Amino acid sequence: MTQLTGTAQPPATGTPLLEARALTKHFPVHGAGHGAAGTGRRRLRGTRRLSRGGPDGGAVVHAVESVSLTLAEAQITAVVGESGSGKSTLARLLARLIRPTSGELLVNGSPVRATRRGGQSYARLVQLVLQDPFSSLNPVHDVRYHLARPLQVHGLREAGTSMDDAINALLERVALTPPSQYLHKYPHELSGGQRQRVAIARALAVQPRVLLADEPVSMLDVSIRLGVLNLLGDLRERERLAILYITHDIASARYLADTIMVMYAGQVVESGPAEAVTDRPEHPYTQLLLSAAPDPEHAGPSGRPALGGRGSPPSLVTPPTGCRFHPRCPHAMVICADAAPPGFDVADDHQSACWLHATDLDAVQAAPIAGQQTSQAIDQAPRMGEETR
Amino acid sequence: MSAEAGRSGLLTGQPLLEVSGLCVDYGVGPGTVHAVVGADLVLHHGEVLGLAGESGSGKSTLAYAITRLLRAPGMIIGGSVAYRPRPGSTVDLLAADEGALRVLRWSQISVVLQSAMNALNPVMSIGTQLTDVLHAHNPSMSKAERRARAASLLDMVGISDDRLGSYPHELSGGMRQRVMIAMALALEPQVVIMDEPTTALDVVTQREILEELMDLRERLGFAVLFITHDLSLLLEIADSIAVMYAGRLVERAAAAALFRAPRHPYTLGLLSSFPALHGPRQRLTGIPGSPPDLRQLPGGCVFHPRCPYVMARCRTDAPPLLRPAGAGDRELTESRSAACWLQDGSSAVPPELAKPAPGGVSPAATSAVAAPVARSQS
Repeated sequence: MTQLTGTAQPPATGTPLLEARALTKHFPVHGAGHGAAGTGRRRLRGTRRLSRGGPDGGAVVHAVESVSLTLAEAQITAVVGESGSGKSTLARLLARLIRPTSGELLVNGSPVRATRRGGQSYARLVQLVLQDPFSSLNPVHDVRYHLARPLQVHGLREAGTSMDDAINALLERVALTPPSQYLHKYPHELSGGQRQRVAIARALAVQPRVLLADEPVSMLDVSIRLGVLNLLGDLRERERLAILYITHDIASARYLADTIMVMYAGQVVESGPAEAVTDRPEHPYTQLLLSAAPDPEHAGPSGRPALGGRGSPPSLVTPPTGCRFHPRCPHAMVICADAAPPGFDVADDHQSACWLHATDLDAVQAAPIAGQQTSQAIDQAPRMGEETR
Repeated sequence: MSAEAGRSGLLTGQPLLEVSGLCVDYGVGPGTVHAVVGADLVLHHGEVLGLAGESGSGKSTLAYAITRLLRAPGMIIGGSVAYRPRPGSTVDLLAADEGALRVLRWSQISVVLQSAMNALNPVMSIGTQLTDVLHAHNPSMSKAERRARAASLLDMVGISDDRLGSYPHELSGGMRQRVMIAMALALEPQVVIMDEPTTALDVVTQREILEELMDLRERLGFAVLFITHDLSLLLEIADSIAVMYAGRLVERAAAAALFRAPRHPYTLGLLSSFPALHGPRQRLTGIPGSPPDLRQLPGGCVFHPRCPYVMARCRTDAPPLLRPAGAGDRELTESRSAACWLQDGSSAVPPELAKPAPGGVSPAATSAVAAPVARSQS
């Protein structure tokens, strides 16, 4: 039987720093008719044992399913997907803010242990930058406080250097110059782009090797997004950071990243070199995403390609059998509803988890699913977790 | 009726909504924020006019001022808004009293807000909310007629009518936004103002809704004022585009002309802030600096601290919104203008701000020129 483990792994050219093997996260569902997140998150803490796949057999949200990836030195890996595709859950798993249901994390090739001291040393290696700099900074503290805290907590200030020198150096690394102008500013006195730079500086304070950036520019104004994206690119060049860039914007992923992984309904459906994935998308979902993305080159009714599929992502409490994309897929075949596709190599370092790439399907397996094209019915169904947006 | 008016208006290019010199302030005294300064806009029958700008640029304030939905401390302090539903009939929206506005709103000019979850009442079914507006504006309709009309409205935006009894939380984000669009179209308005209608949605849902919206516009002939921060989206759907910066309109042009031949440095900067989906990957620069604080605007041209082409004059004098001096014959027929001293004819214009503009404003011309020209900058 086909297993999804090993689906679409991105290439690793530099030294692998952080590796995830078959990470899976299932969130328990509390009560009928309630969303999985929001109120659920609080209760989750008390029910950790359940969330680790207890034998109680309760309903779970299949948020992340067997995702493997490697973050290598001086490489930017982009994770692209719609809301609810599990990309933020993946970031939280990689930051060890939540425990995986199964799967493991490896740092420099050795498994990460779940001890308290291990947590702190892990945080020195892997840092997370959140989407919303308006809420990830504490409004009652100034910039200096935000940057001094990680240095104090981790005892990182070198002998002979003052705290202010260390903080000034951090601000210069994120191009907030002159530092004296920002040191005593409060978050509300900074623009969105400046706030996000402070959040990045805070993550850089512990000299991490891996930076996880969860939608770092989606809350920012268009004209300043490029500045933050270019900063991430510079950090990769200058400090040889491994960066995971999570986004819903495939154009920005193409711009910034070396490797793109496309996630759909908790699974990686395609991964490969950034330009290969956007210029020659192999998976029907990637093709759908690209056909929907705004593109001025296609202005006017004649230029725009037809949308490659309709509808919304499925419920992750009861995900579709087989390939999770098959209810929306314009190419769906009989086998797609029966078995989850493995990752097929379609080019160098380029994988796509789709049965269309299989060469040995028989006529029954390859027959189209009857009535598939009208996806109207799928769109009518409300889906889980919609309110969490 | 609106369909007929819309189609004929589109062909003749009759102005439907004319905004001139509109100024909106928040607050009074020394702390006043000038949110919109001297805005001039024309929305024609059946046209999709895009209003692009970053947060705080005044684009939503402008929309609320046009519809007189502005709340204190926002105040309209100057200008005029003329609504011309038919040739020879003009309504001054800024002078209209509450009674007149109540008749006009929704039936003639309707609004789709960004956050459908906040705009829909969470404790009423969408059927009740749809029939409520019909009841308020059309008291003579029977209950059964209202119900049937609500069902057909839902059907129009691709939602089956058995959803009439659903509450907003039972619908997906895309469906809620479709309900908002159905409600806005319930009374067949001539003008639909859309304030970031798809911003909170996923890209596939956004594309579906935009395609439906454009189909509905073809069928019903209403004009759209589409407000968004996403210029790349506007370039696809709008007939013409106005770009706002710090409360001022800085450029107006047909969509294709704005994309191929921007005349204002801010527009050029915005266009090179969107990474392309095709072609070689190149480092983009975006726009240096941040949008200004409206309480402490720079003197002269408000964009000058971020402008790579800044001249001495820009620091002292604010440029008016004028037709670019170098405009060719083709452009003279367009309503194209830019607020930049580079374009007043007194100095040499950098080549990237003086590219020849493609065809005219009609949708047909836009689509004809869209394909062959290579992406020239960014």
